[in-house]
Amino acid sequence: MATLSPNLAVRPPRTRDTGGDPPSYGGGGNGNQRGGNESSDYGGRLRRARLGLVVGLTAVVMLFMGFTSALLVRRGLPTFDQQTNTYSRDWIPIRLPWTLIVINTAVLLASSVTIELARRDISRQMALAPVRSIPGVSLGDESRFPWLGSTVVLGLGFLVGQFLVFRVLQQQHAFLNRNPSNSFAYLLLGTHALHLAGGVIALIYAAATTWLNRPVEARRIVIDVTAWYWHFMAFLWMYIFVILLIAR
Amino acid sequence: MADGTGGGETIMATSEIAHAHAAPQGFIRKYVFSLDHKIIGIQYFFLALTAVWVGMILSLLMRIHLIWPDANLPLIGHIQPETYLSLLTMHGTIMVFFVLTTAPQGGFGNYFLPIQIGAPDMAFPVLNMLSFWTTFVAFVVMIAAFFVTGGAPLHGWTGYPPLSAIQSTGPGEGLGADLWITSIAIFCAASLMGALNFITTTLDLRAKGMSLMRMPLTVWSWFITAILGLLAFGVLLSAGILLLMDRNLGTSFYIPLVVVNGQVMGHRGGSPLLWQHLFWFFGHPEVYIAILPGMGVASQLLSTFSRKPIFGYRAMVYAMLAIGFLGFMVWGHHMFMSGMSPWSAFAFSILTMCIGVPSAIKTFNWLGTLWRGNVRLYTPMLFAIGFVSLFVSGGLSGPFLAQPTLDIPLHDTYFVVGHFHLIMGVAAIFGIFAATYYWVPKMFGRMMNETLGKLHFWFTFIGTYAIFMPMHYLGMAGHPRRYSQLTEVAYLHPLIPLQRFISIAAFITIGAQVIFVLNLFWSIFRGPKASDNPWEATTLEWSTSTPPPHDNFGGHTPVVHNGPYEYGVPGADRDFVMQADPAISPHPAH
Amino acid sequence: MGLALLVVIWLITFISTYFFIAKTWWLPAGVSAAAAGIDRQFAFTYVVMGVVFVLAQCSLGYFVWKYRDRGKAAKAEYSHGNTNLEVVWTVLTAILFVGLNLMGSRIWAAERFEPAGDGALKVEVTGMQFAWYFRYTGPDGKFGLTSPKLMDPSSGSEAAIGLDTSDPAAKDDVVTGTMFLPVNRQVDLTLRAVDVIHSFFVPNFRFKQDAVPGLAIHMHFTPNEIGDYEIACAELCGLGHYKMHGMVKVVSQEDFDKWLTAREAEKQ
Repeated sequence: MATLSPNLAVRPPRTRDTGGDPPSYGGGGNGNQRGGNESSDYGGRLRRARLGLVVGLTAVVMLFMGFTSALLVRRGLPTFDQQTNTYSRDWIPIRLPWTLIVINTAVLLASSVTIELARRDISRQMALAPVRSIPGVSLGDESRFPWLGSTVVLGLGFLVGQFLVFRVLQQQHAFLNRNPSNSFAYLLLGTHALHLAGGVIALIYAAATTWLNRPVEARRIVIDVTAWYWHFMAFLWMYIFVILLIAR
Repeated sequence: MADGTGGGETIMATSEIAHAHAAPQGFIRKYVFSLDHKIIGIQYFFLALTAVWVGMILSLLMRIHLIWPDANLPLIGHIQPETYLSLLTMHGTIMVFFVLTTAPQGGFGNYFLPIQIGAPDMAFPVLNMLSFWTTFVAFVVMIAAFFVTGGAPLHGWTGYPPLSAIQSTGPGEGLGADLWITSIAIFCAASLMGALNFITTTLDLRAKGMSLMRMPLTVWSWFITAILGLLAFGVLLSAGILLLMDRNLGTSFYIPLVVVNGQVMGHRGGSPLLWQHLFWFFGHPEVYIAILPGMGVASQLLSTFSRKPIFGYRAMVYAMLAIGFLGFMVWGHHMFMSGMSPWSAFAFSILTMCIGVPSAIKTFNWLGTLWRGNVRLYTPMLFAIGFVSLFVSGGLSGPFLAQPTLDIPLHDTYFVVGHFHLIMGVAAIFGIFAATYYWVPKMFGRMMNETLGKLHFWFTFIGTYAIFMPMHYLGMAGHPRRYSQLTEVAYLHPLIPLQRFISIAAFITIGAQVIFVLNLFWSIFRGPKASDNPWEATTLEWSTSTPPPHDNFGGHTPVVHNGPYEYGVPGADRDFVMQADPAISPHPAH
Repeated sequence: MGLALLVVIWLITFISTYFFIAKTWWLPAGVSAAAAGIDRQFAFTYVVMGVVFVLAQCSLGYFVWKYRDRGKAAKAEYSHGNTNLEVVWTVLTAILFVGLNLMGSRIWAAERFEPAGDGALKVEVTGMQFAWYFRYTGPDGKFGLTSPKLMDPSSGSEAAIGLDTSDPAAKDDVVTGTMFLPVNRQVDLTLRAVDVIHSFFVPNFRFKQDAVPGLAIHMHFTPNEIGDYEIACAELCGLGHYKMHGMVKVVSQEDFDKWLTAREAEKQ
């Protein structure tokens, strides 16, 4: 995936008045370092944003690690039944609406495709930005496919699908507190859905940056980070899918 | 003009951290929702200062009740045994979370990490601001637990179910317990946001020449602490969510079939030990989160005020990394008596003894730093020396508890209370005091009063030893923890005089903290003006003005040529060489 | 100032050490078979840690005074450390700490890795808010069933633990509020809890074990001296935690048999 060379002096299409010379900073004019003028610091900002996302996602991983270890322990756990003076297990695997879940999975994976296309699209726009800013050059404003918007639609579709899964479970009387297998299923599905909903909000914001006329580098960073977050949500979903499949 | 603080800032995309433009205007932007890590650091510091006074007053009430159980206090009346337990629970929770996890990291770490690495701010200033205000909300929710029906929970800061999971097990286990868990969950989120910032900033924003092995040990401590927090708080959050579900949604993660007050509860099959595993998986790294920044500060100050490089910089870094890493493998030593498998106990115990080794190395190195130094006993140094003494005392009771055989008589007794208070409740606090006296001149441009500082030191050093050393004796005699009073169990009666001694020592020591608060506030407003480098120290914060400008270095990002502790360099014209000074040549091997 | 610090640190060190050595407040008399080994390990640990404590604190105090700032004339020794020394003291500390632990592990293994022997006296201990109950098997040697639905703490004894008298094995179970034990006989303890976690702690036996709801934990110990020993609950269990105590009466085998026979007779 092409990264912008940090030494390329990129003049963004939106005019940002950075004054005359960039402020001189000790340490040389290495634009890759923090402290340069904003546009040549862009590479640093993108890298920082991605690093921040990786760090943040580590925390999300730990949350689900906690849930997973609780599930594995609880699943194998016998407790002492005083009435029989023996240890017994009470785990009864939940019956899940797999067809619906597979459809939801397909929707989510499709949304990963659309957001990846959105991410590459904005990268292309970034790369072309200096060309576009040359007076007299016209690349033509081809109508671009609303990949971001599609992802929002697909993401919302997934959430609706998950809501339907919960509805089916309720109708089956597979309530949250009936059995630990139910509890964990609701917990994992619900927490993932919450995180995904957060991703949808980020997506809507990312889409809004176009209308808010933010500069293309800022938009690129937002969309890039949101896209990787979205891919992680899909990956996390596959993990939950497998856990539910083999350990429910 | 770049639209820095206008509506364009997003959490993930950094604002231009060049800060080449003017600082924000207006009271709200400047002091309330500031994006400046320095202001945010000060906000965290004062939040922790408020929390520590709440925590101390709670412990004052506890100490009063222990020795005068029937006392009728003004305004509060008679303290019931269950109220004692609520005081104890909230004391522990507030101190561990809102003081020890807030002041060293959120307070001083936030203020000085960027400056010490030569950065103009944290990587994500908006996230930084949010992490403070989220912590603040968590604190408000925690305090709210006192004021709801039933009051604050009584299940201890460790919150073991089923006691904490069923509403009818005691007063305070209703809404108060739900608020307690919610507050902790919010705190988890806030901490994770902070950890994100610390890690990204340390990895990505170091100035030219600031290699990892030239970072001050304070920076290393904040960095490693942030990694611990990143990995631990997510698990605590998961545990808390499960507990909230058990309490309110009828699930049975932690609750087996139980009968409370003659009523069969609707849960079955759950495991109280599951909570203990999840909680302590967080809880053990948490205590290292509480102490590592103090170790960083101690190293910094011992070197600065001995006018000598820290003894064994690399070893200090590796020791902190080892402590952090091993810290995730020893949680079972809190559970030797829990019903856990005795084989697991053995494994955890060996690992726990291993973690004593890096701690010992650090202590040897602190002593090695003092050896043949030129020791200047200013107040910050007194507290740093006090830190070492208290760390040794608190640390050496560890090997007792780490052996399951000896844990049998000592677990859940005052021996443990003495142990963790000496380490967390005193040594870590001394780290905070040391940092305060050291850095207030840089933060507020004024020196704190030395006489009052020394007075505060003597009262606190002697006082805390008088409070917590005797607790080891109580523990060996079999005095269990969390007893509201000693009146019922016969073998505790002979221990009442010692408890009285402890309480008196506590009253005096708590009173002495007023000296600190007076000194702090007086000095901030009226203290003598501080120069840029009153301690003649070497790290980057001392090479910028006092207090630092909005972008920390006034437009001149430093370039680092030297290590962080170049004191007493032979041939130099002063007895210290700053990090941004020209390189010492030839550069001595570390 | 340096001298003051030395004096204070040394005084604190010596005063605390004095009370440890003088055993002014100390472990109570150990009256179980395991106590001697545990106490020996304890003594060894505290001598070793005590020596380290005194050396470390005294060096700290001494250095702070000896190397006090003597003005511009004196200069600190410029040294970044000594790698050989680091390696040496790291290895020594590791050997010391791990060695100490391995020494104590034999006792742990003996106490916890093996189940009780045959012929041990079976006693079941049940903890509940805020009392301890003790159950003996009666002549049939078996514990009968209990039922949560039958639990009624206010009635005490059998009803408190929910003894299900419809079970023939339960009819002869003896339930008491005081624990009687014969001296020099191994006890096969089963620990249960009804509501929250409690902990059965008898300081004189050097015995402690959490009683956890949902588990029936097996432990064993052997009391070896006649006397009355107090039980204290050692895990926070609610507002009555501080008064959840009980009594263990260790008596001669004949006295125990007499007592048990009398109790069993009451059950006919």
